[in-house]
Amino acid sequence: MTATHDAQEPTRRDMLFLATGAAAAVGAGFLAWPFVAQMNPDASELALSSTELDLSQIAEGQVVTIKWRGKPVFVWNRAKDQIEKAKEVKLEELIDPLARNENLEPDAPATDANRAAKDKENWLVVVGVCTHLGCVPIANSGDFGGWLCPCHGSHYDGAGRIRRGPAPQNLDVPPYAFESDTKIKIG
Amino acid sequence: MEGHSVYQPKSGVAKWFEDRLPIVGLVHASAVAYPVPRNLNYFWTFGGILTVMLVAQILTGVVLAMHYVPDSTLAFASVEKIMRDVNYGWLLRYMHANGASMFFIAVYIHMFRGLYYGSYQAPREVLWILGVLILLLMMATAFMGYVLPWGQMSFWGATVITNLFSAFPLVGPSIVTWLWGGFSVGDPTLNRFFALHYLLPFMIAGVVGLHIWALHHVGQNNPTGVEVKDIRKDTVPFTPYATLKDSFAMVCFFIFFAWFIFYLPNFLGHADNYTEANPLVTPAHIVPEWYFLPFYAILRAVPSKLGGVLLMFGAIAVLLFLPWLDGSKVRSANYRPIYRIFFFLLVADCIYLGWIGSKPAISPYVGLSQLAAAYYFLHFLVILPIVSRLETPKPLPASIADSVLANGSGPLPGQPGLAPLVGGSTHGQV
Repeated sequence: MTATHDAQEPTRRDMLFLATGAAAAVGAGFLAWPFVAQMNPDASELALSSTELDLSQIAEGQVVTIKWRGKPVFVWNRAKDQIEKAKEVKLEELIDPLARNENLEPDAPATDANRAAKDKENWLVVVGVCTHLGCVPIANSGDFGGWLCPCHGSHYDGAGRIRRGPAPQNLDVPPYAFESDTKIKIG
Repeated sequence: MEGHSVYQPKSGVAKWFEDRLPIVGLVHASAVAYPVPRNLNYFWTFGGILTVMLVAQILTGVVLAMHYVPDSTLAFASVEKIMRDVNYGWLLRYMHANGASMFFIAVYIHMFRGLYYGSYQAPREVLWILGVLILLLMMATAFMGYVLPWGQMSFWGATVITNLFSAFPLVGPSIVTWLWGGFSVGDPTLNRFFALHYLLPFMIAGVVGLHIWALHHVGQNNPTGVEVKDIRKDTVPFTPYATLKDSFAMVCFFIFFAWFIFYLPNFLGHADNYTEANPLVTPAHIVPEWYFLPFYAILRAVPSKLGGVLLMFGAIAVLLFLPWLDGSKVRSANYRPIYRIFFFLLVADCIYLGWIGSKPAISPYVGLSQLAAAYYFLHFLVILPIVSRLETPKPLPASIADSVLANGSGPLPGQPGLAPLVGGSTHGQV
């Protein structure tokens, strides 16, 4: 200890205390991270990529549910009148004006054309997870000719757009592509 | 608070041990000689009942974990195996499942006791806040326990509750993925919920230790809300008086508990949880366990996802500030005529919210729940702060002993239990 320094003045010893403390904090952070990160999806969960579906067996008006990444995906072969009804809806009437279509730009508007399959407007492919708290909505029900979520009463229309209830967003359209006229690949 | 007596070891072995680890003295001071206000009523037995319920849940829980398999393909079947094959497995499983309900019945009575008698007021604020933390831990534990059988209610309850976190802007979706360990509720979720459902009860036990420590440091409240003035006149020693009264109440509570286990084991549960989890179909009407219903009704009352989540957490968070929202100088509602009316309105409102929470989320229930949810917050944030500051309370008894004597003639209850001033036996001086 050097007696020449005033106790009020910062010393080189104070610097050592700070440096030691900082090193310990960085070390604790690096040690804590693996304990947190182990709970994120593991390699086998991340490896779940795509699912294929044969569309030829789906009748007009029928909704088929398939499992993709542990969640249901609805594939709906919409009838003519159902498409017309969905097209009539004006954008101003919608709660969520965005298409929520992963195949389009994030700011695409929620028109029926932006929700349905490209050039195949009878096909509507949406993730069957209510955007409120994640229940599976019931098809062909509710007040808007689409889905009704039984958990907290969210109504979706014939294009899977939220129209009433606590859900904040339209049903997500997952990334998908037609491999042929009768086969789609989701994911 | 000073005890009635200090422990004085008599035998040589006891003296030798006390000089090295004074644990017998600690137990004696906190469970034998600890002074208890002599006017406590049966609402004061629920702390003891809750302690026993925590022990009961841990014991039956550890035993069930010896037979349960936390794997999404085996979990449901392993619970059925417990019910059919494991010796007394049906009994132990029903004890654990109904035990959770009993735990919450007791904790809600315990909390409303505190609300009525002002047990959260100075100097018991930390005691109260520790209690609210225990309630939060209990809710998290009960939620994760209900997921383990992997029935339909388990799966969809887990989906809905974890999705609550998705309401938070920016970080919400990452938190949900982190909780799930995947892109939906699945095997990784079940596995970690099992680990955490095992861990949290021991954290509860730790906070209960602090809760009792805080209680014993400030002393118990009592139905008059008047502090102990003369330890010899106002209190009796914990043992035998409180020990025996608590034990009697526990026996009565266990009769009630046993009636459910043996005659109505599924009355408080939901039949849909006897259907194995199906990730592609949500049951038409999912409801949480009864003890979450009032909070669930508040969540659904708000037509906004984030708003509902914030109000639901707010319904518990508001309790943390209760000691400062209540400005009354008098603790007990027995002497607060106007607050007393609003207290019973709050009790009615909570029961009503529970009933609404069990109904489907359609009109008129949603509208009715908005009124009840608004009243819940109105009580704590407006009515209580104003009433407690304007109200003229009734005159308080001069002391705890006076309040007991005013109730009737005859000797002071517990008179024979008055402890000697210094050392020796806590009992026997008539």
